[in-house]
Parts: sequence; structure tokens; C-alpha cells
Amino acid sequence: MKIANKTVSAERLVRDALEKAKYFADYHIFTYLNEAVAIEKAREIDRKIANGEKVGRLAGVPYALKDNFLSPEGQTTASAHILEGFVSPITATAVQKLEEEGAIMIGRTNLDAFAHGSSTENSYFGPTLNAFDKERVAGGSSGGSAVAVALDIVEFATGTDTGGSIRQPASFNGIYGFKPTYGCISRYGVVAMASSTDCVGFFTKSPDDMDILMSITSGQDEKDMTTLPNYYDKGSEQNIKKIGIIKDFDNDVVNDEIREALKKKCDLLSSKGYEITEIEMPTLKYALAVYYIIVPAEVASNLSRYDGIRYGFRSDKSTSLEELYTNTRSEGFMPENKRRIMIGNFVLSSGFYDAYFLKAAKARTLIVEEYNKAFSQVDYILTPVSPNPAFKLGEKINDPIAMYLEDMMSVSLNLAGVPGLAIPAGTTKAGLPIGLQLVGPKCSDKKLIEFAKELI
Amino acid sequence: MDVKREDIIHLAELSDFSLSEAEIETLGKDLKNIINYISQLDKLDTDNIQPTYQVFEMENIWRDDTVKEQDASREQLLALTKNEKDYQIKVPKVL
Repeated sequence: MKIANKTVSAERLVRDALEKAKYFADYHIFTYLNEAVAIEKAREIDRKIANGEKVGRLAGVPYALKDNFLSPEGQTTASAHILEGFVSPITATAVQKLEEEGAIMIGRTNLDAFAHGSSTENSYFGPTLNAFDKERVAGGSSGGSAVAVALDIVEFATGTDTGGSIRQPASFNGIYGFKPTYGCISRYGVVAMASSTDCVGFFTKSPDDMDILMSITSGQDEKDMTTLPNYYDKGSEQNIKKIGIIKDFDNDVVNDEIREALKKKCDLLSSKGYEITEIEMPTLKYALAVYYIIVPAEVASNLSRYDGIRYGFRSDKSTSLEELYTNTRSEGFMPENKRRIMIGNFVLSSGFYDAYFLKAAKARTLIVEEYNKAFSQVDYILTPVSPNPAFKLGEKINDPIAMYLEDMMSVSLNLAGVPGLAIPAGTTKAGLPIGLQLVGPKCSDKKLIEFAKELI
Repeated sequence: MDVKREDIIHLAELSDFSLSEAEIETLGKDLKNIINYISQLDKLDTDNIQPTYQVFEMENIWRDDTVKEQDASREQLLALTKNEKDYQIKVPKVL
């Protein structure tokens, strides 16, 4: 990526990014542009460079921030009405680490409200358009971040991935998107969706850029007790021989052109001497059902904090406290938020807990075991990210199950906590990007990103 | 399974939502479809399987019992509310 130095100023990089952001305004990528602050920060970096002072590894690099990361620069809305007006006094650890290295946030990006969705159509501010076809969805939930990178507005963007929210929009827009091992990057200061699967990650234009960002932001954080001890940079020698492809995904549920793209990448790996092995993971067909029990349960719990009392939107129509809660939540959440909260309360309610939540938690064990078994047979797994390329705006918005099915190949990684890197794999005949995901065992993050170069 | 109108209203109450008639109708249909979809787990044999609630594999991370400086002050946090008086958040009548 382009970093500010004696020949290219940070101010130039930041102004170019802001210009492009405005030029592409009709794509609805940003919920907020950080113009004045970004230019001021760029000038400060330029002053340091001129004075020969030390600058960070990301000096003057413009980036886009998914609008569910807290920082005092602009409102953090999570694209939800209920958080409108909320300017955070605290800064997310990931954001702080990026800023310490000199990266400059030029804008906050659109998402499905509270990251609930696979198309960015569930945003209170309207959908983001696909970078390759304005009649199609950006993917989601991190749609704005993906399109900001795909249209070359910024060098990188942050995302969160609870069930595919980085990998799927990355694949819909032809860029790299990484969901690290669960616990690799601190989630402090990130709006919580499902605490047992939420991961912070990035969108980039190359594996090398991804590696730099991971190296900077990963690591244990005393403010997030679910961060793993530092391991990212402690990579061992690359000794990859076998790549697995999942037999259970090779059927007509998956678009022909995506299956063809997978085959081509397998041929490329074979030609480089890697062994391609077909593996069976029969429990993965249940992953989506498991996901849509466990995640709504955690969503219902995490989103119970939004009551209109302490921050964000408060309904002014209420005469009692009880009414204040219900009016604020009824007006403040999007339909998909309501669906997930209600499903969560259903699977957790007495009478249904054993049949749904406990059953899903047991099924999750089987999925974890299936990945363990797979990684005893192969080093990495290569699969499609989603069964279809970007679909048309409005095509699935009124059919939640059709929308959920787009996540069928991405959610199991989050349930198992393993890392996955979405990589570009050409386009369909109609010119839509195809993405594949490279999946590795826990804590293989750095080697996985390095190995992605073999697929270029 | 069958999802009745009163089930939807009960779930709305558990969720602190007041739904319009139109929402009861559409959410009711959506929730029924979703519940039918997730019910396919019935077919999966999970006898004698222990549940997994988290994939972090670490337990009880202890910290020293000392008061640390917080990232946000009381003033900053109170400034976020719509209605504050004398360091208190004002809400409509409770009783």
C-alpha cells in the first residue's frame, strides 16, 4: 500500500481518498466522512516526515472504518437508528493500534444494522451498491468497507465477521477479506453482535497488506478477556502439502461458475506440486441451522442493553418507563434486528431451550470436531465463500431464509473459531467477482495469509 | 412446529417490542419459516455429546483487584444521555 514519505505527502493521500469517496457518493459507502480531522492528522504526519521524525508503519495511509467500531471521530451508529447521535468517548483497541501506526480514518462505512445481514440492505441508511454492478448488493454485513476498498477509495478497511460478514462482501467485490482465529484481535470497543463468534478483521487488495494489518492489530488486550496470548508473528516454517476440498459442497446448490473457479485454483495448486484431497464434512450441512440458533440467542442477550436510557436514540412518545423501553426498541431496530432478537428469545425460553439452544450447542461440538478431523487429514481447506455471486438488490430482502442460505458456507468457521481468508478467484461471464476462502486450523493465520500468494 | 399469534406477542413482550398488526403478521410468518428451518437439527444425532458454548479454550483469566483509570469519565458518559440532571439520568415515571 502507498505510505506517506518524502515524495508523497499524507495530505495528498488523504485528500485523494476523500475526493474519491465523494465521487462515488451514489454507492452509499459511507455513513460519515472524517474530512477535517483526517486532513489535520495528515498534516501532522507530513510535519513529522519533514522534520525527520519517526513515523509509523501506516503513516498517512487512508482507511475506512466499519461503523460498528467505537471512536470519538463521528457517531458510531452500527447503521442502526437506535444508536443515532452516539459519539463514543472511548476508542476501540484495534482502531487505537492502527492510529498509533499513523493510519488515518477518512470515513465510517455502512453495514446491515448491528451487522445483521448478508447484503447491507438492512442498514437504516439504505443499501450500499456493489462495486462491479450497481444493481446488485455489496454483500454484508461489512458492505461499505468492501466497496470502499474495491473502488480503490482507501488502501484498507476494517470489518467484523460473525458468520461471513467480511469474507462474503470481499468475495462479492473481488478483494481480500480476512476473518482471523477467534480471539486474535481485541473486540474492545466494537459493537457486540454474538460474543462467541464475533471477530475483527480487514479488507485489503493484497495478502501482504493483510499481514501488516494483522501484525499491528493482533495480540492480547487486558480490556478484552477473550483475546489469545500473542501468537500472530510467531510463525513457523511453511510446510504445506495437502489442500482439502469439501465433497459435501460439490453439488448444484453451488453456482456452476463458482465450482469452476474452485477447480481452476485446485489445478493451479496441483501444478505447483500441492496435493488436492477431497474430504467429507457431513455435519456442515447443519451449520447454518446451528448458527441461526446460537447467534440470535447471543444477539438477543447483547442487544437487550439498547433501551434508550443512557445513549443513542430515545423515543419521545412515552409516558412511562416501560413504554420508553418498548417504544425506543420498536422504533429503533430494523426488521431483521427484531427477527433475530425474537428468535433468540424463542430458542432461550423455557420449554424450547433444550430442543433448540442446547441441541445447537451440542451440534457445535460436532462441527468443531469435524474441523479437527479435517485438519488431521489436510493442511488447509479451499471452499467457495458463498453459493452464489452478488445477487440483485431487493431479490432476497423479503425472504429471510433465502438471505440466510447465502451464509451456508461461511458460518461454520465462526462456530469452530478457525481463520478464513477470502481470496479473489476471477469473475463470472457476466463480470461479477467470484471469491474462494482458504481455511486453516486455529492460530495458522499468518501462514494462511502467506500461502494465499500461491493462489495468485 | 406451529407458531401462533399469541406466541409472537409473547416473544415481542420478552423482547420489549410493541408490534403493529402488520408486524405481527409479517414477523409471524418469518419467524415460523425460520423456526421450521432451524428445526432440521432434530435429524442430527447429538446423544452423549457435550455442548460447546465458546471456542476460546481458556478459563478464568484473573486480574489484580485494583481500581484502574477508566477510558471514559462520569461526565463523558452522562453527556451521552438525552436527559440528565444533577448527575442523574431522568426517565418517565416508574410507579
